[in-house]
Amino acid sequence: MSKLTAWERVEKARDPKRKTALEYIENIFDDFMELHGDRNFKDDKAIVCGLANIGKQNYTIIAEQKGRSTKENIKRNFGMPNPESYRKAIRFMKQAEKFKRPVITFIDTKGAYPGIGAEERGQGEAIAKSMFEMAKLNVPIISIVIGEGSSGGALAIGVGNKIIMLENAIYSILSPEGYSSILWKDSSKYKEAAQIMKLTAQDLYDLNIIDKIIKEPEGEESFEKICNSLKREIKKNVSELIIKKPEEIVEQRYQKFRNMGEFITLDKPCIDREV
Amino acid sequence: MIVDKIKKRNIPEKRKKVNIDIPVGKWAKCDKCKEIIYKEELKKNYGICPTCGHYFRLHINKRLELILDKGTYKRFEIDIETNNPLGLEDYPKKLKTLREKTKINEAVACGTGKINGEEVVICVMDSGFLMGSMGVVVGEKITYSIEKAIEKKLPLIIFCVSGGARMQEGIISLMQMAKTTAALTKLDEAGLLYISVLTDPTYGGVTASFASLGDVVLAEPGAMIGFAGQRVIEQTIGESLPEGFQTAEFLLEHGFIDKIVERKELKNTIHKLIKFHKGGENSCQN
Repeated sequence: MSKLTAWERVEKARDPKRKTALEYIENIFDDFMELHGDRNFKDDKAIVCGLANIGKQNYTIIAEQKGRSTKENIKRNFGMPNPESYRKAIRFMKQAEKFKRPVITFIDTKGAYPGIGAEERGQGEAIAKSMFEMAKLNVPIISIVIGEGSSGGALAIGVGNKIIMLENAIYSILSPEGYSSILWKDSSKYKEAAQIMKLTAQDLYDLNIIDKIIKEPEGEESFEKICNSLKREIKKNVSELIIKKPEEIVEQRYQKFRNMGEFITLDKPCIDREV
Repeated sequence: MIVDKIKKRNIPEKRKKVNIDIPVGKWAKCDKCKEIIYKEELKKNYGICPTCGHYFRLHINKRLELILDKGTYKRFEIDIETNNPLGLEDYPKKLKTLREKTKINEAVACGTGKINGEEVVICVMDSGFLMGSMGVVVGEKITYSIEKAIEKKLPLIIFCVSGGARMQEGIISLMQMAKTTAALTKLDEAGLLYISVLTDPTYGGVTASFASLGDVVLAEPGAMIGFAGQRVIEQTIGESLPEGFQTAEFLLEHGFIDKIVERKELKNTIHKLIKFHKGGENSCQN
């Protein structure tokens, strides 16, 4: 793996020329049909949902989609979902369960959109519900971080049985700029923040958060190679999971997240008063 | 008595904004009306400003005292601390200082207790401990409490107050959102009641996980509740926010909480809700 600094990887993950979810989807799957709407308020375009297949295996696709041009970015709100996106995602998760299709999610967002309307329509509740539905879904879920995986807006579609990350993708609690501004009250220390936040694929692998890193080779055929690796990983993981009983699939995912974060015994606890 | 006199004085708007030095210890200043209040008086008044009705944030012990029957609280013996996943130099020291200062282990306390005789599992968060932020300890204690509620077949009550996921533990904090949420799916399947009480302030990763997932979501009057912080929203949209934005009343209006309950009424309201959820002989048999 090439030796880039954490900040250099942040720049790569955010590169406007970096491939977006739809490009991966079109290359990995034989066929893809996008379907729209949350059946409640609107079709928010920061998350794309639809059906796809590789050979005889059908999949439900849920993907955060950044724009590939200024015009598309405006349409897609720069890949920052409003609550309707998550509610659309929930609708597709439930259908995946009904029709027994594995779910593949693609994560690439600066975060859930911080706006007045988003708050009025319950951004927090939408994210919570999305994770809730994912946690109990009885079909396999593979989550792939392809670019920026920032904050709750990313995790909202990231509760997978397996989590895969591209080598130059990032996954973090917040942007390095936001992090340094909150922790050190100084947003100019973002490079230092990126370094300590443990947001690279390797960091997350070492922390047992993700299961697999997909290399991003240099050169002309880089994209094809990445797509081939992803396709292989999707097929391998789904075939391993799909033979399990529904309750085993749920339990494997539950245990994965149940065990996230290590802790030690507190030496001298102070006792909250017995009332 | 003194409080009564202060209350009656009609201080002109301008003077209210002047910063006044407060003698340490016995006095507190109201964040809203800037009145100086005798602490004993404040205590007797449920931590509510006698002048303007503003709700002060409560220490864990005070909240437990207000909600649980006397002598019924049994804390869970789960005394843990973070292993400092980002290796921040001053973080463990900061936690130690905070423990000594606040006399609590972490931003949440959990255990069992009785509410007018009804046994519950209760978690209470505290804004005095790194703004009630959720790192691995908060995530683990909440998850452990949910599992205990399932094991003991008890209703779960969580008093939320939090700035969100804890920055100092990075991605590990973020993952606690998924961990607590996943645990709640099991509580849900077990058919047990979960009441979430949102108090000032509840934001970020806590709003976007267990706080929003109660079967019943209650809030204290005037509590600020949201996902994104107000400064972030203002910077993003480039305009100032409407009056009353992200207050409990705003959330009630938009359909995200069930009921706003005054602090004095919380205990009885929660008790009533527990009674309403008791099946017994007359529940549907499906």
